[in-house]
Amino acid sequence: MNDLMVIAPILLPLMTLILCLGLEMSGKRTGMVSLISVGVTLAVATGLVMRVASGGTLTMAVGGWQPPFGIVIVADLLAALMVWISAFVVLAVMVYGVKGRGHGHQSGHAQVLIQGLLLGVNGSFLTGDLFNLYVWFEVMLISSFVLMVREKGIKQLGGGLIYVILNLLASAMFLCGAGMLYGELGTLNFADMAVKLSAVDDPAFVNTTGSLLFVAFAAKAGLFPFFFWLPASYHRADPALSALFAGLLTKVGVYALLRTFSLVFTDANGFSSDIILYISMATMIVGVLGAVAQYNVRRLLAFHIISQIGYMVAGIAIGTPLALASVIFYTLHHIAVKTCLFLVGGVLEMRTGSPDIRTHGGFYKTDPWLAVGFLIPALSLGGIPPLSGFWAKLNLMQAGVDTKEWLFIGVGLGVGILTLFSMVKIWNESFWKDAPEGMERNSLWPGKPYAAIFGFCCLTLVFSFYGKFVFGLCEDAADALHDPRVYIESVMGGEDK
Amino acid sequence: MITVLCILIGLIFAGATFCLLRRSLMRVLIGILLLGHGVNLLLLASSDPISRNVAILGEDGLPTAAGSADPLPQALILTAIVIGFGLSVFTLVLARSAYMRGGSDDMRELEREEEV
Amino acid sequence: MKSHLLLVASRFLSWPFFILSIWILYRGHNLPGGGFIGGLVGASGFLFYDLSGYGRPKQGFFSLKPFSFLTAGLGTAVLSGLPGLLAGKGFMTAFWLPGFKLPLLGSVHLGTPLVFDIGVYLTVIGFILLLADTLAEEEKL
Repeated sequence: MNDLMVIAPILLPLMTLILCLGLEMSGKRTGMVSLISVGVTLAVATGLVMRVASGGTLTMAVGGWQPPFGIVIVADLLAALMVWISAFVVLAVMVYGVKGRGHGHQSGHAQVLIQGLLLGVNGSFLTGDLFNLYVWFEVMLISSFVLMVREKGIKQLGGGLIYVILNLLASAMFLCGAGMLYGELGTLNFADMAVKLSAVDDPAFVNTTGSLLFVAFAAKAGLFPFFFWLPASYHRADPALSALFAGLLTKVGVYALLRTFSLVFTDANGFSSDIILYISMATMIVGVLGAVAQYNVRRLLAFHIISQIGYMVAGIAIGTPLALASVIFYTLHHIAVKTCLFLVGGVLEMRTGSPDIRTHGGFYKTDPWLAVGFLIPALSLGGIPPLSGFWAKLNLMQAGVDTKEWLFIGVGLGVGILTLFSMVKIWNESFWKDAPEGMERNSLWPGKPYAAIFGFCCLTLVFSFYGKFVFGLCEDAADALHDPRVYIESVMGGEDK
Repeated sequence: MITVLCILIGLIFAGATFCLLRRSLMRVLIGILLLGHGVNLLLLASSDPISRNVAILGEDGLPTAAGSADPLPQALILTAIVIGFGLSVFTLVLARSAYMRGGSDDMRELEREEEV
Repeated sequence: MKSHLLLVASRFLSWPFFILSIWILYRGHNLPGGGFIGGLVGASGFLFYDLSGYGRPKQGFFSLKPFSFLTAGLGTAVLSGLPGLLAGKGFMTAFWLPGFKLPLLGSVHLGTPLVFDIGVYLTVIGFILLLADTLAEEEKL
């Protein structure tokens, strides 16, 4: 039973994917099956978080091959939390509704691909093997590639191509890094690599392979200077899908960075993490400046992802337990908030038929609930107390003070103000000012999008007012990260031998 | 022998980089394919395949004596080839339909058409 | 370009290729071969029809749709992993039937890894056929 729970977040989407393929072949609708399956996945993930929080890390050796020889699936608290939030995001996005073109073969296989995306994301979170991570990355990427270009308009193709090519390059870097690591260490298991790398006294080797992997993950996370694909592609996809990408894809990159650079490539193992801090600060600044200049609502939000990723990665570079805990909290909070904002942006776009916020207006009067649905995540993103973004930033800044990273604190606070500024910009343009003449507004939508937005607002409020509880979980997860012995023991010790 | 392999990998990477920097989408694709091959060779090199025996089972179907090559990198390469095959085919179809619809395989032209 | 000659030839070539591919699939566990390569060879049996320009037959085995192969293949592959899970061991733990001897084939070992290989084999065929269909569709534009 132990085992089943660890692998269920991978198996459920996989089986649903096959089931949806089969149903689509006979021309049936798959939306409901897919929705129920994601609901079950969310329930399983909740159970997994509770189990792991009380009973410690769960592992499973795939194929019965014990680590370090076989692939091992590891659910520590960090992985369990990430699996939980990704199931939540997918569920909400499905409630919001993904546009399909009819059913059966005509649907463009949206449900199959979303299940594939969830499969890849969950696999990436749960795997304990570097090469297996590569495989899950590819599963996730190919699903997102196809989702992005499936409407096949030339508009989406251009952005899609940049996205595809950059990610293929990043994958090649990843493989190079993995190959060199294997050549030197003879293992690809995270825990085993951490042990063996600490015995290697060769800074050149550690820094080369570390940088290769860093570049690969950075490209997926959208760090400076590898972020160009992100604002070029996200806003071109269907609103629900772009919300899904915004919530999950970059965060998988952040997770990979968090895992690799807190466990394997640490300062103690001879990797110099200063460069990560500087890159993350550049990311924060460039992202937010890009956002300030934008008037396309979802493009603006896409630039914001970049600047927020900067905060998370800066926390990884600082690397104290408090910093890591706030990174995890920041990631959870950001996934909820950002997906919600993209959904609101999608509603605005759908109802006015234009992504340009200068042509919007008056939504505060006509749709006060939509305005609330925007205001809660926007203020949270800007870091207004007592919302979740404030706690995330406060703790991160506290970690910066502890380690005397004054430059980071200055940048972080300045970027925070600019973030708030561009949120206020959307608020003023779309909601507050009177509707410009000639703005067309479609009649009210059915309630589904509002249900999804409401769900995210509730989640944000939970993160805000039960912040202590959630942050406590994050602290436990971070302690496990900061003291890799726990992870190494539970993987290499393997209770299920 | 390993030196030759290293030089070969370097050459492939150089060629791939050259192709990747072209504006023609087709060249970029060829660059990515080349890069994939270079990476596969690199993986192979990490197992020191030349100085050792065939992995696990020899031609007679019996386990080879001591000193067989590490089979894992070969498994990794096989996986990478399969994944690379799928992805490059997908990109090829994508590039093709971009060309068919946009009438160009110039990356910059494609971008310009987007902005319109 | 349509070639009647190739169409006629493909009627004779497709089955041998398919049978060859099954042989490659079967021997793959310990010898060169396996699901991926078998699938490529098997798919080429189908592709002869595509190359002839007349398209695949409307009925019979070679008219099966790519998505049937994909679904069946993925399903088989996942099923092969479940026995391990049900036995309380890791996902995809291998189980073998006791070996027995058959004329022609020699000693036969059947087990879940072979089932997985069959899944891979079907998936690869489905993938290649889907690819061929997609490219052929683009041709018409």
